Amino acid sequence: MTLIDTRTPDAKRLIPGATGDWEIIIGLEVHAQVISEAKLFSGASTAFGAAPNANVSLVDAAMPGMLPVINEECVKQAIRTGLGLKAQINHKSVFDRKNYFYPDLPQGYQISQFKQPIVGEGTVIVSVGPDRQGEFEDIEVGIERLHLEQDAGKSMHDQHPTMSYVDLNRSGVALMEIVSKPDLRSGDEAKAYVTKLRTIMRYLGTCDGNMDEGSLRADVNVSVRRPGGEFGTRCEIKNMNSIRFIGQAIDFEARRQIAIIEDGGKIDQETRLYDAVKGETRSMRSKEEAHDYRYFPDPDLLPLEFDQAYVDALAKELPELPDDKKARLISSLGLSTYDASILVSEKSVADYFEKVAAGRDGKLAANWVINDLLGQLNKVGKDIENAPVSPDQLGAVIDLIKDGTISGKIAKDLFEIVWNEGGDPRALVESRGMKQVTDTGAIEKAVDDVIAANPDKVEQARAKPTMAGWFVGQVMKATGGKANPQAVNDLVKAKLGIE
Amino acid sequence: MSDLTRLTISQARAKLRGKEITATEITEAYLSAIDRANPALNAYVAVTGDRARDMAKASDARLVKGEGGALEGIPLGIKDLFGTEGVHTQACSHVLDGFKPRYESTVTANLWADGAVMLGKLNMDEFAMGSSNETSYYGPVINPWRRSRLDTVVMPTTHQGDGGFVTAGGTKTQRTLDNAQLVPGGSSGGSATAVSAFLCAGATATDTGGSIRQPAAFTGTVGIKPTYGRCSRWGIVAFASSLDQAGPIARDVRDAAILLRSMASVDPKDTTSVDRPVPDYEAAIGKPIKGMKVGIPKEYRVDGMPEEIEALWQKGIAWLRDAGAEIVDISLPHTKYALPAYYIVAPAEASSNLARYDGVRYGLRVPGKDIVEMYEKTRAAGFGREVKRRIMIGTYVLSAGYYDAYYLQAQKVRNLIKRDFENVFAAGVDVILTPATPSAAFGIADEDMAADPVKMYLNDIFTVTVNMAGLPGIAVPAGLDPKGLPLGLQLIGRPFEEETLFQTAAVIEQAAGTFQPEKWW
Repeated sequence: MTLIDTRTPDAKRLIPGATGDWEIIIGLEVHAQVISEAKLFSGASTAFGAAPNANVSLVDAAMPGMLPVINEECVKQAIRTGLGLKAQINHKSVFDRKNYFYPDLPQGYQISQFKQPIVGEGTVIVSVGPDRQGEFEDIEVGIERLHLEQDAGKSMHDQHPTMSYVDLNRSGVALMEIVSKPDLRSGDEAKAYVTKLRTIMRYLGTCDGNMDEGSLRADVNVSVRRPGGEFGTRCEIKNMNSIRFIGQAIDFEARRQIAIIEDGGKIDQETRLYDAVKGETRSMRSKEEAHDYRYFPDPDLLPLEFDQAYVDALAKELPELPDDKKARLISSLGLSTYDASILVSEKSVADYFEKVAAGRDGKLAANWVINDLLGQLNKVGKDIENAPVSPDQLGAVIDLIKDGTISGKIAKDLFEIVWNEGGDPRALVESRGMKQVTDTGAIEKAVDDVIAANPDKVEQARAKPTMAGWFVGQVMKATGGKANPQAVNDLVKAKLGIE
Repeated sequence: MSDLTRLTISQARAKLRGKEITATEITEAYLSAIDRANPALNAYVAVTGDRARDMAKASDARLVKGEGGALEGIPLGIKDLFGTEGVHTQACSHVLDGFKPRYESTVTANLWADGAVMLGKLNMDEFAMGSSNETSYYGPVINPWRRSRLDTVVMPTTHQGDGGFVTAGGTKTQRTLDNAQLVPGGSSGGSATAVSAFLCAGATATDTGGSIRQPAAFTGTVGIKPTYGRCSRWGIVAFASSLDQAGPIARDVRDAAILLRSMASVDPKDTTSVDRPVPDYEAAIGKPIKGMKVGIPKEYRVDGMPEEIEALWQKGIAWLRDAGAEIVDISLPHTKYALPAYYIVAPAEASSNLARYDGVRYGLRVPGKDIVEMYEKTRAAGFGREVKRRIMIGTYVLSAGYYDAYYLQAQKVRNLIKRDFENVFAAGVDVILTPATPSAAFGIADEDMAADPVKMYLNDIFTVTVNMAGLPGIAVPAGLDPKGLPLGLQLIGRPFEEETLFQTAAVIEQAAGTFQPEKWW
């Protein structure tokens, strides 16, 4: 591919070296396992965690005379993903054979798409941040292509003293390889990009994005150059399976390359591996050792062809994507860009939020989800899928505030009780006597008591009306926080004769 | 009928249905014929006697109830390339040592569903790569045909001739068989020999560049390679996926039509198979060809072609003209590029298709100190010379820097060859008549061919174009050469118009007769 520079060098992303500033150029090849019942070209199951070689068909084991048959669901998933990446969908694509020998590759070739992929160029908007000022910055990352291919099996070298074991369960599972343009300029951007891809695919239901199960892996191409200068020689860091490690590997690799160049050396194009324990990349094979894959069109498979109506039908059924959701949350619920960005960043968070916000005050719901729920989850290191407070429970808490049953302050206590003990918030309010006091007579008595007990403060308040807040606080304290703060406020001001 | 093995499929079918004979009787007849002949001819690499008897018994049970299928009780031989469940399936290669699949190829499953009986697995060139059946790991197959000479001998006056005829002057002409062993052609040499020598009623075969038609021509049998996609390739060991097609070899045109009807089907497991109804091919036999346009391609008149081939071709033209066909001269201008292009495309696909024979999961494994050495030793020991040669050619033409010059160029040539045929068919030609082979059967271990593989490859010169264009082609015996060896003519038709081929081939067969070798084995 021709490399086109789409970004203007930005001082805040440059790395200072001994001889001046450097700019990092990053492009990624993300391998995303397609969500489908069966493999790309065989009927075998794709379920994760089965006993070794339990999910292997005659095709996956490359028995003589076996033939691949395309799984249409995988094709649909690739098209859906392409649509989510705002990419060109190619009505005709071709499967090629990538030939090489390895024990976990039974056919001796991987069926992939080389010259004519199913999806062409597209764009992803990536929100990088928030920075120290709490701001997100949107960058546009070009997609070069997306193609379908078979995954390989797994070789296990630690099971026997002299032999290696091969598990073919993963052999033939459908992968989407998503190739970005070299549009990323920092480890943080690369991390945000992979996160965004994962979010889009989770929204679409095309890839579960579980990196610890190998459902999402990335090869990271890194080079450095003088800001805005010629592209440098790149190194490819293979098989990254953690977003955090991607950032670390890029930072290490960039500094390694800068050090070599500043020492007067030059970068050799090579494939490298990241050692997460040592926090460094090391050489795996040089360009000279690279395979000649002898790609050619797979004669067992006809070209994959469909019409625009096929694509349109899939497009019609597409769920709302994160960027669209974000725009809608801002425009119709009046959320801030910051809040909306946080809420859409993970499909699970967005789903949770939308359940809470349904029929309720969106801003209030956003505050509770972001500050209380996510804040608390973050503190204890839990996923939203395992949140102890359900959207219904949180919604009930918000309803209790809204209908004046409890104050915002009591609501925090109530949230904590629900978090720790569970239960129906409305019933808890009843049983634990947390109901807000709205009886004016009772509040009035409490106000009168405080005024009577503090004549000196009354004088001060009349001179300085903001002192009314002290009285409100005293009344709230006296009523155990259950008094309606608005009612207390109004009464205090009336009794003190301040406006 | 004293010898049940002499019955054609259509004859046996009538007798089985008429309960004149049983499937068990005819199966036993073939099994004992194989027993006697196989040491000399080496047509079978595995005989499945028990299975044959079981299948015949089941057929008899169905026949008694009048429930027999289209091939009920007909004993067939199966080329070793077809996956047969639990039975020797090794493509006659050492690399597949001991391999017995857990599956049945679609084509053979279709045959068994129609009631056919499996006698065993037939010898072939290793991975179907060869034109003489000499590359088999199991040794060459011997052609039941031998050269002969006509001698005039003076008869003692007291003797009554029993092999020739007595002339007034007391001399007779006598055909003396030469002892030289001849090849049956390849790669389906076992299939052709078994059919020709009465070791099965009919056989399955496959054709990638001529592997059905050339051996049929060398043995006086009928062989048809149907249109690409007519038969499922599922379960057949792959040689060159875009060219491979299964088809039958049979004793006459009618038998070939009967067999193809059972073999052909669309198959959801082979996406290159085509969803079209399978016609009753037999019904095409006997239909007049009056007014049919027969094309004679000038490019098939090659340098150094023996006189008898040209003469045979002219005879064929005359027969078809006499039957009312219109003979037209046509041109297929890219014919001369077909063979070189074929020998790029086929090895390229083969080099990839044969990568799975790596010693890891099945077949031969020769241990090594590491995985690379295991691969190297296994493949070095497992593949024969010709297979290795083609893997090397294929690997070379697909390599970076050579792909465009070889593979891509060959694909372009392939398109031009296809277009040549489309043009003549568009101009109204119904069928094309050519010789099937540039010569009659040649000797085992022919020195010329052993010294120069290209000489062997030239055997396919009239047949490869058909595979490159994906068209149907049939070889039908048309006569004997001066040495008494059979020669065949080839008919090429429009895609999926196999019926036209059977119809026309039947006319040639009617005129030329059928040919059986004199038994020496």
